[in-house]
Amino acid sequence: MEDIGNLFHGFAVVVQPYNLVLMVVGIVLGVIVGVLPGLGGANGVAILLPLTFSMSPTSAIIMLSCIYWGALFGGAITSILFNIPGEPWSVATTFDGYPMAQQGKAGEALTAAFTSSFVGALFAVIMITLVAPLVASFALRFGPPEIFSVYFLAFCSFVGLSKEPPFKTVASMMLGFALGAVGLDQMTGQLRLTFGFETLLTGFDFLIAVIGLFGIGEILLTMEEGLSFRGKAAKINLKVVIQTWKELPRYWMLYLRSCVIGCWMGISPAGATPASFMSYGIAKRISKRGFNFGKGEIEGVIAPETAAHAAGTAALLPMISLGVPGSPTAAVLLGGLLIWGLQPGPLLFTEQKDFVWGLIASMYMGNIVGLIVVLTCVPLFAAILRIPFSVIAPIILVLCAIGAYTVHNNTFDVVMMLVFGVVGYFMKKTNYPLAPMVLAIVLGDKAEESFRQSLLASQGGLSVFFSNALVSTIMTLGLIALFWPMIQSGLGRLRAGKKGVRVAE
Amino acid sequence: MSAPIKILTFGVAACVGGAFALAAAPAKAWEPTHPIEIIVPAGTGGGADQMARTMQGIITKHNLSKQSVVVINKSGGAGGEGFLDVKNSKGNAHKLIITLSNLFTTPLATGIPFNWKDITPVAMMALDEFVLWTNAEKPYKSVKDYVAAIKAAPDNTFKMGGTGSKQEDQIITVALEKATGKKLTYIPYKGGGEVAVQLVGNHIDSSVNNPIEAVAHWRAGKLRALCVFDAKKLAYPDKVTPDQSWADIPTCKSEGLDVEYVMLRGFFMPPGVSKDEVAYYVDMFKKVRETPEWKKLMSDGAFNTTFMVGDEYTKWVTDAEKLHQGLMKDAGFLAKTN
Repeated sequence: MEDIGNLFHGFAVVVQPYNLVLMVVGIVLGVIVGVLPGLGGANGVAILLPLTFSMSPTSAIIMLSCIYWGALFGGAITSILFNIPGEPWSVATTFDGYPMAQQGKAGEALTAAFTSSFVGALFAVIMITLVAPLVASFALRFGPPEIFSVYFLAFCSFVGLSKEPPFKTVASMMLGFALGAVGLDQMTGQLRLTFGFETLLTGFDFLIAVIGLFGIGEILLTMEEGLSFRGKAAKINLKVVIQTWKELPRYWMLYLRSCVIGCWMGISPAGATPASFMSYGIAKRISKRGFNFGKGEIEGVIAPETAAHAAGTAALLPMISLGVPGSPTAAVLLGGLLIWGLQPGPLLFTEQKDFVWGLIASMYMGNIVGLIVVLTCVPLFAAILRIPFSVIAPIILVLCAIGAYTVHNNTFDVVMMLVFGVVGYFMKKTNYPLAPMVLAIVLGDKAEESFRQSLLASQGGLSVFFSNALVSTIMTLGLIALFWPMIQSGLGRLRAGKKGVRVAE
Repeated sequence: MSAPIKILTFGVAACVGGAFALAAAPAKAWEPTHPIEIIVPAGTGGGADQMARTMQGIITKHNLSKQSVVVINKSGGAGGEGFLDVKNSKGNAHKLIITLSNLFTTPLATGIPFNWKDITPVAMMALDEFVLWTNAEKPYKSVKDYVAAIKAAPDNTFKMGGTGSKQEDQIITVALEKATGKKLTYIPYKGGGEVAVQLVGNHIDSSVNNPIEAVAHWRAGKLRALCVFDAKKLAYPDKVTPDQSWADIPTCKSEGLDVEYVMLRGFFMPPGVSKDEVAYYVDMFKKVRETPEWKKLMSDGAFNTTFMVGDEYTKWVTDAEKLHQGLMKDAGFLAKTN
């Protein structure tokens, strides 16, 4: 009960006019940062960090965490409107969000995305409020095998999703793994696949690949199809928000599942990106309308957005209580904490009550403010699609180029983005799915790292992946997800077989 | 329609940031004419990054420079990306790089065409310490207990976690192996904070985390500090845990474990910069060192506050390079040259 008192004290801190203004400023800046591809939340927070040195730590964290919420909201906008994920975790949102926009349902897709983000975040904050200490000790149980099993589950729940032939999916995924392996090998400290080119030292950044494959590739395709966006009929009034809201409560089960996946991924700490992919994959498996995923199904927007936002919020918990960032943005915030003279760690909750509960209260308030800000802008965003393609395409191209450049401040990355664009175009033309490749680039090296860490610790024994209840459960879930189509058809045959026997009797 | 407007808003925000740089500084022989970049050859949130961003904050807050300071992470290729960038920015006096031991270890391990002599030394800001940590639940009360346990068990029984591969943490681990005569299983992680949590979660047996990376868990009673890898004890006598201060941790050598290692936290500039330009930054760093914020960072992280410039600094770096060459060669970490 004492905690509830602290929380209300936190709210009192947050609703001071000065802090409220910072909150709105933070959200708006965050949305902008989220919209610009490449300039992710981590960069945005890092750039604005020095502005906060003269503030009190509580005001500073309110503003910076609001930038973070804003970026989480903003990432969905370009994904839905232009098929360009503004943030890594909004890649999965493009799968159904963009087709919806093409069908003239951009307003619905945006509303669903924003609302889902809000629900996910709210769920995660409530969890943080109620069970923070418990959750922190759960995070401690994740060593390399456990973390690998989480990635394994993410891959497995995604394999076989695509409508394309399995061969093409595997080929695309393998290409992704190969691209992800370029650069420094974390385990041996040696360079791989750089062929002596200094520019390849850094490897292929996931964001550059995504901006190229999705953004540039899409522009090339659209150009070929006659210089027009197909989403011209987008309605522009606020009614669309209300109408979409009426539909959403129907998907409460989907929301709940996505929230749980998101919170778990945020804490473990795998982060928002695998959470969004896993949630999308599982939703497609379970949903009755799974066949329609990828063609503009609203459930395909809700699932990844809810999970990504829940994970993004939950990721702040290990940061505060253990000093380990659950995401790149959390890593920058962590640096901020140290600069303000706060020591993240188990004692922060008892020593800096004002700060911690102020932060938690700002999570509630920040998300509410954020939702209001972005929802009122829905008609505006949707109206962007009315601008003729010949006007908007150059702007998108420039934004993509800026985004690719800001990832590493490197002009070579802009060239790479264009190359990826051409690759993306040909892959789409030849029906090779892009999603497995993207998934492999983003998670491949992390999965490899924890796999090899596990094997180092176990002296090469694979049994380490079944060495305790936690890791065994996750691995088994992964295997079930992997072989689900076979299991399903097997069960079907079994049932049919039984019937057959009965008939024979 | 909305996109251009948003960019405009962003531009305004950037201008506000720029306005901080407008305050005047005393006249100097040379002064920066546009924003100063600090390259961090490591990821966000790590020790070097924290130091660079703290300095950015100090310089802004105390108006130590007319120009604003921008921190850029170039962590690719174990920092090789950052080093090559500075090497290739000949004559650019608006660029600084903060280094850690990867200044030596990255070129040696990967064979990238870089040596510290390619860039210009400016100043050593501090030396970072390394402490041998174990989980507080484990029965090892002292280094002697822990070393005895390692010696009693077969090779590779004990797991040492550290940051990166073939870098400082693994170099210390190899030195420990030499001192104990037993092999340890070294498991590389991405960052020091992660290593500390893995140790708290009992996924590894020990770590050689820098003080600042592990202090939170130490205070919470989750970790035990066995010894410090420096020639003398740490200079911070204030109690950090209920019964221990940094100064209470014995040196490893005094406990019979003859391993010493400290890590450079210093600044370099691109090649071909003038003496005046270097002098400007040396002067600025001296002012940074006098601020309370800097002193707080030093005591939080139990840093060794040695400050060096000019020939003294160059000599230190030369010696450190020789040391690393020897250590890396003995450990078999050198890149194969074709």
